[in-house]
Amino acid sequence: MSTTISPLRPKRSRLLTGVMVVYLVYTLVPLLWLLLSATKTQADLLSSPGLWFGRSFAFFTNIKDTLTYNDGIFLRWLGNTVLYVVVGAGGATLLATAAGYGLAKYKFAGRRAVFAVLLGAVAVPGTALAVPTFLMFSNLGLTNTVWAIIIPSLVSPFGLYLMWVYATDAVPHELLEAARIDGAGEVRTFFTVALRLLAPGIVTTLLFAVVSTWNNYFLPLIMLSKPNLYPLTVGLTQWSNQATGVGARPIYNLVITGSLLTIVPLVVAFLLLQRFWQSGLSAGSVK
Amino acid sequence: MAESVAQDHIRPLRATGTRRRRAGRDGKGWLFVGPFLAVFALTFLAPIGYAIYLSLFREQAFFGGRVFVGLDNYLDALQDPKFWEAFGRVAVFLVVQVPVMLILALLAALAIDSARLHAASFFRIVIFLPYAVPGVVAVLMWGYIYGNNFGLAADLNDLFGTSAIQPLSGTWMLPSIANIVTWEFVGYNMLIFYSALRTIPGELYEAAAIDGAGTFRTIRAVKLPALRGAIVIATIFSIIGSFQLFNEPNILRTLAPNVITTYYTPNMYAYNLSFAGQQFNYSATIAIVMGVITAIIAYVVQLRGSREAL
Repeated sequence: MSTTISPLRPKRSRLLTGVMVVYLVYTLVPLLWLLLSATKTQADLLSSPGLWFGRSFAFFTNIKDTLTYNDGIFLRWLGNTVLYVVVGAGGATLLATAAGYGLAKYKFAGRRAVFAVLLGAVAVPGTALAVPTFLMFSNLGLTNTVWAIIIPSLVSPFGLYLMWVYATDAVPHELLEAARIDGAGEVRTFFTVALRLLAPGIVTTLLFAVVSTWNNYFLPLIMLSKPNLYPLTVGLTQWSNQATGVGARPIYNLVITGSLLTIVPLVVAFLLLQRFWQSGLSAGSVK
Repeated sequence: MAESVAQDHIRPLRATGTRRRRAGRDGKGWLFVGPFLAVFALTFLAPIGYAIYLSLFREQAFFGGRVFVGLDNYLDALQDPKFWEAFGRVAVFLVVQVPVMLILALLAALAIDSARLHAASFFRIVIFLPYAVPGVVAVLMWGYIYGNNFGLAADLNDLFGTSAIQPLSGTWMLPSIANIVTWEFVGYNMLIFYSALRTIPGELYEAAAIDGAGTFRTIRAVKLPALRGAIVIATIFSIIGSFQLFNEPNILRTLAPNVITTYYTPNMYAYNLSFAGQQFNYSATIAIVMGVITAIIAYVVQLRGSREAL
């Protein structure tokens, strides 16, 4: 995005930049610590200063050890996370896009009721739903299956809201009318005309759904007890817990390196898709 | 949102024939909304209903079976000191952390939007970066940094030859958690505010400049009013987030088991009642009480936010 369209074109301020640099440092120090710590052996972690390198450079050994520890369970967790993200966040985006489009472009009985119910449900703490959801899924025999993670991930009320607002402005009624006059059915109109216009909104919704699925911790924590179904988040905390209690086998260096590896894909995705999600967000925030 | 719905209604009247055909077609809206609502019903409405049902019963310890107890579980919850201790803790957290976080986010958004900053887009993306860090990783990372083994807290203590910095001790635990949450979410809220600022039309700034308004006057008269909706939304999300506080204390618990109790926050209490204590009925009751309190507060904030000027 370009700079502000201010008629004044104010001078750049060193003081303001300086203050912001302080905040920038606060943001970056923990990440720098993580990056530096990922280069250390367990012994170096304990003996070297946090914000500098240790005696040996063990970055690549750490990565190798992280990926191979316990028969490569980390890769298994990565695969699980990718599965939950692709099916869960992908499905959530599809459902939210269709529903947002439907609510924005069709007027049908009960539309207002849908809005009221959604708003009410969003106010209910998601984690408050977790216990009853667990009991329900347990009765249905769904706990300890991938469906216990995927099905709840399919609903993104925030995504629906975003797509609703976005579709209202991005898809002109005239264009839909034209497609209908050409004899296209409602579903075909959606796929051939509307989807393309909704693209920036879809990328935004998808990205935020990916983040929430990738970061999902509470739901898999209660739904899954088999380590080979864990996503990265639950797996990493399990590794971290290994450091305490009876028969403690701390693997701090692997937790740290694993954490770093968990962050990288999302950071890359956000940086690469910047243009899309920022324009999608501004549209969503207007109302 | 309300605006766009209103616009739909002001559309020019059509011939009745077209209207009738439109009505039939508009029914097809369900085709698009239906799938979402079906999953929504399964994952939101059904659990809420089930939780309400559970909260009205109690398991018999000796005889087995489930007994209807009416509102007894709710009466117990309202007199439960553990629940109120947990509630008080998140209430303090809410009152202190949320304003700090939102004000930092607001200042950052205004600074980045001000055109007075060098490399503004670099600041924007870096400050947003923590949002892409999974909450679990953020807590593990900060937890180690706080720790005495190889953390920065230990480095600082070594440097000054003290042991005064103990972020994981009883006194400092809540501020330490608040710091993690602030670190994670300032960028996200900043971006919401920034996006709202970008939608202010240039003419408004020109008008303000013609009226001789300086930087701060422009912020007060033009920018803050434009941000009102975004601030209300960000506040509601933050309130919901605070009342749900779970990940941070639950993960830090392994580092400081004596400081963080099993009922440190209402959510941890509900979780531990269920999964450590098998008290599903009482756990569901706690969850519903918290849900109702959250919904009421969110509703009040929304009402006040839409009525009052900033």
